[in-house]
Amino acid sequence: MAANADILPAAPGARRSLAPGLSIGISSLYLSAIVLLPLAALGWKAHGWGAISTPQATAALKLTLELSLVVALVNAVAGTAIAWTLVRDRFVGQGFVNALVDLPFALPTIVAGLTLLALYGPKSPVGINAAFTRWGLLLALLFVTLPFVVRTVQPVLFELDREMEDAAASLGASRFTTFLRIVLPSILPAVLSGVALAFARAVGEFGAVVLISGNLPFKTEVVAVYVFGRLESGDSGGAAAASVVILSISFGVLLAIGALRRWVTRHDR
Amino acid sequence: MIAARGIVKRFGDFTALDGVSVDVPTGSLTALLGPSGSGKSTLLRVIAGLEQPDEGKVSLDGEDATRLPPQSRGVGFVFQHYAAFKHMTVWDNVAFGLTIRRRPSREIKQRVTELLELVQLVGLAKRYPAQLSGGQRQRMGLARALAVDPKVLLLDEPFGALDARVRKELRVWLRRLHDETHTTTVIVTHDQEEAMDVADRVVVMNAGRIEQAAPPRELYDHPANEFVMSFVGPVNRLGDTFIRPHDVELLLEPNGSTQEAMVQRLVHLGFEVRVELVRDDGETLSAQLTREQVEALELQGGQIVYVRPTRQTVFSD
Repeated sequence: MAANADILPAAPGARRSLAPGLSIGISSLYLSAIVLLPLAALGWKAHGWGAISTPQATAALKLTLELSLVVALVNAVAGTAIAWTLVRDRFVGQGFVNALVDLPFALPTIVAGLTLLALYGPKSPVGINAAFTRWGLLLALLFVTLPFVVRTVQPVLFELDREMEDAAASLGASRFTTFLRIVLPSILPAVLSGVALAFARAVGEFGAVVLISGNLPFKTEVVAVYVFGRLESGDSGGAAAASVVILSISFGVLLAIGALRRWVTRHDR
Repeated sequence: MIAARGIVKRFGDFTALDGVSVDVPTGSLTALLGPSGSGKSTLLRVIAGLEQPDEGKVSLDGEDATRLPPQSRGVGFVFQHYAAFKHMTVWDNVAFGLTIRRRPSREIKQRVTELLELVQLVGLAKRYPAQLSGGQRQRMGLARALAVDPKVLLLDEPFGALDARVRKELRVWLRRLHDETHTTTVIVTHDQEEAMDVADRVVVMNAGRIEQAAPPRELYDHPANEFVMSFVGPVNRLGDTFIRPHDVELLLEPNGSTQEAMVQRLVHLGFEVRVELVRDDGETLSAQLTREQVEALELQGGQIVYVRPTRQTVFSD
């Protein structure tokens, strides 16, 4: 009996620790092979750090980060509004609109660039020429990052306890106050997740911007295109160095948003 | 006084309320009792302004409130699943109604402290709802609703998600609270015992209509129809006749007005014993006896006894 009592309770514990051990092993192996090792190789290849302190490189870096920040913020508002409409309103063609949101994901980004150039390029049928301007860049980035916030917020909004809003209303809160103090705090973690994804995507986008931006140094050249230019002129070390810098900044931003997200969900623990 | 007149509410093809009129006197504690789908929660939400009736009028203290939004009705609402603001502490939940009214912080502090004492959550003010038990969450919900001094307190199955013991505790506590504050209160429940226990008046609802509205005792002694009879307590139905189990008398010898029956099963429920019987004509019925009565009769399973109703009800329709 005593021996059994010793062994039996231990068994479930042992089983519990085995599975995570295995899954941690598989996860870290996979992440190493797919993400970490290539990144390390990139860092190892990066030399000629001079390439990133040139005015052209810093201009591209600055432009990329500024644009990505604006894109993330616009998405936070527009994406939340679209998600709200899709969850809370009923209208004809809702299913169609819902499917439309995913289109930027389904389209090859170079095709997205072509589409935008056709509409907002030099031969624009609507008379708006945004080609080779920062507005064009912004449009392209907004296009490809649209789904992120919509798709992270939508399910959370769907699951949101509507009675919280009823309770707020019965306590005298206006619809605006209810949104600000009840709904927004509840969906904020999801908004932040979407914002982080949109930001990361905007930083790294190449295909959608390469056509519409015209890649004018100091004006419309983003980091991804700058890196491509370095490679084309045979400076692979400089290209890698610029990549490492933008990578570190992106990672820093993702970590910061993650920390913010943990802070706003502190009540769940 | 809350007065609802001819309330009709449809959801698509489903008629939730089919011309309901009800009065809730000021200072009373009224229960809306009925099975699920009877429309009791919908009626409560119509009174609160959370649903708009398709027809009919609601007036609060003589003023027409039919088109008033919930914000300006001065009602406190307590939800079955608490509807706690999950991202706010207990303190902030209770203070919400006062904070959005921009009351002075001294007043808020005093009122919230008072309410937390009333609902016995003083030590838990800094906790989040996720860190509370169901009973604590519902007490928080009550404090939150009471914070804005509502003219009317509406509770929608407030104890429905809690276990039996906590439910009974909170029931007694709610009754005591009402006796202190005399806030006009309407509680929705599907539990007849709960309704009879807390309420001065019980409104029995079924299929979107009101079957009967009366004090608990009257409801039990003089049910208006079969539905009320069988909803407010256990009942034996023998043909057109309804007999409460405690109105079934058991004798060991026949006496002319009795019928022969066999004891199928004795169910001991502490002080009382439920005796399940089958009559010689094949009808089954149950009798409710005290333990002393069962011991005096020396009842056993399989035994033949003679039964006689001491009181029975027949509805004429």
